[in-house]
Amino acid sequence: MIEEQSIIKVAMADLNVGSQDSLIRTTGLGSCVGLTLYDPGKKLGGMAHVMLPSSDIAREGQLNIAKFADTAVPELLSRLIELGAVRSRIVAKMAGGSQMFAFAGGNDTMRIGPRNVESCKLALEALKIPLIAEDTGGSYGRTIEIACNTGVLFIRSVQKGSKEI
Amino acid sequence: MELFKHFKDFKMDVLKEIGNIGAGNAATALSQLLNKPIDMAVPKVQLLSFEEITEKVGGAEKLVYAIFLRVEGEAPGNLFFILSPEAATSLLSRIAGIEISGGDELSEMELSALNEIGNILAGSYLSSLADFTSLSMYPTVPALAMDMAGAILGYGLLQFGQMGDNALLIDTTFLEGNNEIEGQFFLIPDPESFPKIFKSLGVPFEDD
Repeated sequence: MIEEQSIIKVAMADLNVGSQDSLIRTTGLGSCVGLTLYDPGKKLGGMAHVMLPSSDIAREGQLNIAKFADTAVPELLSRLIELGAVRSRIVAKMAGGSQMFAFAGGNDTMRIGPRNVESCKLALEALKIPLIAEDTGGSYGRTIEIACNTGVLFIRSVQKGSKEI
Repeated sequence: MELFKHFKDFKMDVLKEIGNIGAGNAATALSQLLNKPIDMAVPKVQLLSFEEITEKVGGAEKLVYAIFLRVEGEAPGNLFFILSPEAATSLLSRIAGIEISGGDELSEMELSALNEIGNILAGSYLSSLADFTSLSMYPTVPALAMDMAGAILGYGLLQFGQMGDNALLIDTTFLEGNNEIEGQFFLIPDPESFPKIFKSLGVPFEDD
């Protein structure tokens, strides 16, 4: 990558969008899911760092919509459309949702990673956005980065090396 | 829920004292294991954003060893003992007398020993907290992970994720000699545990 690309950071329970010359990155995904949306025509991308499956369990006064799968996905979509993306072209990729610690007889919290993945898929289905690639599950952390000029999602992990999807 | 608005300075002091007592016990246990004096930094009690918590261990991507125990009982929460790879290696060679054979990966036996060390320290930390508060707190079987700090700590923040974007962290660092062994204890009590902890210590919780 020779040309200058600006890096847009997405924190935990955060989301953001970017255009052609940007890389959108989130670091240290464990049970959280990094969900990306991309319009290949306009070369616009977006990423959400989803922490929990459903806003139903939220007990906070002011809801952080980037935190929950059911609220983050629609919000990310409308932010991307606001930026100029064409809805019918938008495709999704995602990574993360691992189970960092395996315990015998674990409670619901222990399965939060797989539940985050399921919930993101349901949200995508509801919006009729095709999920074209995913790297989810396992028991390790990931750092991901989407290149808005190509839509390629780079995934880096300590235990399983790097890959692109 | 505006839980943390109720936290006045003196309540932070109470929590700090809780961290102090637990960590003091754990430092003693570590001293005995190592047969060396272990220093302990004064615990910090801070209300931090999720991002700031991972910054405390060097950033979300920083590679760490973590021994995680879920705390169950009357005041549930998550307890992490976090070590840098250098500190983990150093702790193993001093305590278990294992000369790490080099390479990036620890063997099964080395990992198991590390897990057991973490277990001893965490157990000691918890039992002193339980004594002090008269609340039952017992650890689950510990789990060891070597991964990105963000991925590991994120797991401990899930309960807080349901109610806000901050978590309360009681954080203590151990030092041996010139920072040769540096480990951090992170106790992240579940939000529901705070009223119980304060009540057990005779601190009114709901007043302003």
